[in-house]
Amino acid sequence: MKRKIITACFIIVCFLLQSTVFSKLQFASVRPNLMIVLTSAFGFMRGRKTGMAVGFSCGLLMDVCWGSVLGFYTLILTVIGYLNGSFKRLFFDEDIKLPLGLIAGSELAYGLTVYVCLFMMRGDFHFGYYLTHVIMPELVYTILVTIVLYQVILHVNRKLEAEEQRSASRFV
Amino acid sequence: MKIKNQNTLPSKYVLLILVVVCGILLGAERFMDGGGPLSWIANYTIVPMQRGISYVGTWMSDLTDNFATLSDLRKENEQLQERVDQLTIDNTRLSQEQYELERLQELYKLDQNYGDYEKVGAHVIANNGTNWFSSFTIDKGSEDGIRKDMNVLAGSGLAGIVTEVGPNYAQVRAVIDDESNISGMVLSTSDLCVVRGDLTLMEDGRIRFENLPNNDNEIQVGEQVVTSHISSTYLQGLFIGYISEINVDSNNLTRSGYITPAVDFSNLQEVLVITTTKAELTEADGSEDGGE
Repeated sequence: MKRKIITACFIIVCFLLQSTVFSKLQFASVRPNLMIVLTSAFGFMRGRKTGMAVGFSCGLLMDVCWGSVLGFYTLILTVIGYLNGSFKRLFFDEDIKLPLGLIAGSELAYGLTVYVCLFMMRGDFHFGYYLTHVIMPELVYTILVTIVLYQVILHVNRKLEAEEQRSASRFV
Repeated sequence: MKIKNQNTLPSKYVLLILVVVCGILLGAERFMDGGGPLSWIANYTIVPMQRGISYVGTWMSDLTDNFATLSDLRKENEQLQERVDQLTIDNTRLSQEQYELERLQELYKLDQNYGDYEKVGAHVIANNGTNWFSSFTIDKGSEDGIRKDMNVLAGSGLAGIVTEVGPNYAQVRAVIDDESNISGMVLSTSDLCVVRGDLTLMEDGRIRFENLPNNDNEIQVGEQVVTSHISSTYLQGLFIGYISEINVDSNNLTRSGYITPAVDFSNLQEVLVITTTKAELTEADGSEDGGE
């Protein structure tokens, strides 16, 4: 229960930051994508189901507040959460390469999907431009933010896990 | 631990269920305007928080503005005073012309006045968090009389159009958004064109115009573009921006180019929403005509 509340807080705080504060902190007129970081991180830390749940709620928020169609971002983020959850077995706390790689991969997949579904389908074929001016800068900036945000998530996750283990051993 | 094991559904199926839910949501969008009950939930959870953050941000930027030096302010005051004098002179001249225009319009029975729409002020409380689209949230919604398709102004220019309304908030799609598409008109020659936002130009803060007929009317860089009379959602005569580049297309029939919008979208804080929609205006006209 405590974990769920904390996760919900993470989602809401990141969402608020992204729609207000980060619009003032743009580099090269892009902002990082915190929703992807959250979905991906919870995915490979906690497994497929948590990844999907976090992805679903992040996506729903994005759809309601930013999107033009309901369900589009929800679908992308749910799938991203699921796929990241598959890497749970390979995940170790100390290793930062896998998280960075996974988040970068998710971010790239997200960017490409948005381009294909919302731009290419409308007959907009400036793919090279979008790749160099939107997708890649967003990826780089997201990775930079990840280095900070990921530490926070990791720290909270460790604390919660320790607490859960303690309470579990108490009841055995 | 035992309770957890009882209701374990393989995650494959959970994914399948969620994907189906998303599919249903995508389909339901056609019948359900906006987010439906979800937008109502967002209205009472997310929007108040965004409002709080935006007020704190405004307060802080006001605080930094307070440190502007006195000499700067004096200089600015002098300049503004000069400007006021100039504008007063212009205003007198223009109001004389206005009287003349009204008299002539009366003679021609053209008594529609497009300049005076009723407006409601609103604060911008959040932006679109994706890098693909350019929309923003304002802190007025259906409870304040905001409805879909209302035009939004910032300063003197057109900022966007309301696309989604909740009880206490509304989503506005900016003119520079990639999906924005406006029927425009060059003010000096009354030639129609299509003004559309473009993500590739968003960085330079420009928008594109197309399909301007390549006729004898000479159009210079710096001329004003306003919304046209044939647009179905935008009211007539709202100022979009100045032409910054104009070229003849390779088909030699049309001209296209770029417009610098009148609104600075990077720093948008207050906007004005026009509480009349074009649909209402045309309907009212239609019923009047029918009555006669």
